[in-house]
Formats: sequence, C-alpha cells, structure tokens
Amino acid sequence: MANKIVTDETRKQIGKTGEIRTYDVERGAIRRFAEAIGDPNPLFNEDREARKTRFGAMIAPPTFCRSMGSPIPDLELPGMGKEFRGLDGGSDWEYFHPIRVGDRISVQTRLADLRESEGRLGSMVFITMETTYTNQFGEVCATQRSTAIRY
Amino acid sequence: MAKQHYIEDVEVGAEIGPLEKNPTTQQLVKYAGASGDFYQIHYDKDFALANKLPGVILHGALKNAFLGQLVTDFAGEHGWVRKLSVQYRGMDQPGTKVVCRGKVTKKYSEHGHHMVDCEIWLENAKGEKTTPGSATVILPSRNSHAA
Repeated sequence: MANKIVTDETRKQIGKTGEIRTYDVERGAIRRFAEAIGDPNPLFNEDREARKTRFGAMIAPPTFCRSMGSPIPDLELPGMGKEFRGLDGGSDWEYFHPIRVGDRISVQTRLADLRESEGRLGSMVFITMETTYTNQFGEVCATQRSTAIRY
Repeated sequence: MAKQHYIEDVEVGAEIGPLEKNPTTQQLVKYAGASGDFYQIHYDKDFALANKLPGVILHGALKNAFLGQLVTDFAGEHGWVRKLSVQYRGMDQPGTKVVCRGKVTKKYSEHGHHMVDCEIWLENAKGEKTTPGSATVILPSRNSHAA
C-alpha cells in the first residue's frame, strides 16, 4: 500500500540536522532532575560522596540528557494535518563517557528515519531522531535514538 | 551507595531489582519542570481527556528514568551502564504503583570489559509489561575492581 504522508519526496529529508545547542551542566539541575525522578543515588545528589568516587564529581543520571533539548530539523509532512497528536515511542541510548557537573555539552539532533503505517488510529508517522551529546573535550558522552509517533 | 555487584557473582538468569515506584501527579509536574517536557497530557486532566486519554499519563521518559535507576543501581559505583533501550507499549497513570524489574540474559567479555546484557521492563499493578526494554552493563571484577 502506498504511503499517504511519507512519500519518497518526504523521505529525502532524512539526514537533515537541527542547530547545535550548548548547555552548562549545573549541580542544581542534576539534583533537581534526580529529585524529580526520585533517584537518591549519591552520585547524582551528594557532592561530598561523589567526589570520593572514580568519577571525581557529581555525574548526571542516564536520562538527564532529556533535559538538554535541541531544535529538531524542520520537517515537512504534507498530508499530515496541523492538529496531529503525538506519542513517544521509545529511546535507545548509548553511553560512552560520564557527564559531570561543570561540563559543557553540545547537543545536536539528526533526522534518522521516517516511516508510516496504518493502525487503528489511522495513518501513523514514525519519526526517528538521533541526538548526540558531546562534551567540551569533543568526546561523545551519549547518543539517543528516539522515535516520535504522530497520528 | 548501592551494593556493588561483581561479574563473578552474576549469572545468566539473575534477577535485577525490583524497584518499586509510586508516581503521583506532583511527580509528573516535577518531571515536567526538570526535563522541560511540558506536553499537557502529563499534567492537565481536561486536556488529557479531550485527547481521548483516560486521564493524565506518565511521561515515557520518566519511565525510562525509572529503568535507568534500576540499571545504575545494578551497575553500582564501579560499573557503567553502556546501553539502555525502552519501548513505550502501554500507558501508565499516576496514583498506582509501577515496578521495574530485570533479568541477566548474557554474560561476556568485550574490549577487555566484563559485560552483561539484561532484559528490563516496567510493569503496572496488574503485572502487565507496559515498558519493555534492554540494557548492557559493564561490571567490575573482584580481581581488578575497575569496570
């Protein structure tokens, strides 16, 4: 069955990137995030304890990266009304280096895939983004591949 | 710090967790603020109902964070969570408990690291797995201690 929204033409947008956005990782932001998710791990909450560990500082919990958004590439999806609804489909993370208090993280998102399928809610568009979180030393700390669903 | 697990003590089939969470509407608001995700279905009941939802629902990413806690607790101070994947299959509402659980599915060495792959999931009070996923964790050895 031919796609109504994700045509060969719309798929040409795959590979587009958004602007890079930069964040200074503050102690308060990590603590607030850890408190919001209810995670008492001293690595994410206690300076004194975290400094004694091999990390040498408080670090961010794995999904703290969700608080460092980046503009998504401009997407054109003709045939998709303006009044669409959205759902989060899931995320695949990889972690290479810790994100420490005081780090400066550059975040960029790339459109990795566009798919469409017909479900009980009608046409659903699956938008897969790849986001890279890079520290001030040029080390990629984390990558996230996430899928947003529009219907 | 959570109890440290060492590669020598972990076998395929070993259970991870459980980690019980009791999310409230207040927690959803805190998470919205901390993460910057202000989509109204997570805190505005009228908006959620108008969107054909049963009420406000948990952010998928909050459930991702709960599962993140499950695996960082398992990795401990000397381990490292290398990969974490989650799929949001079912919705969860505040006011009822959810439980994060996991199981070791594979134990191996790679690039000189001791690794375990795990199946992880979040289940609702009825035991339904609303958020299945997987994780890869580097564990320290009793011999070298470093992950």
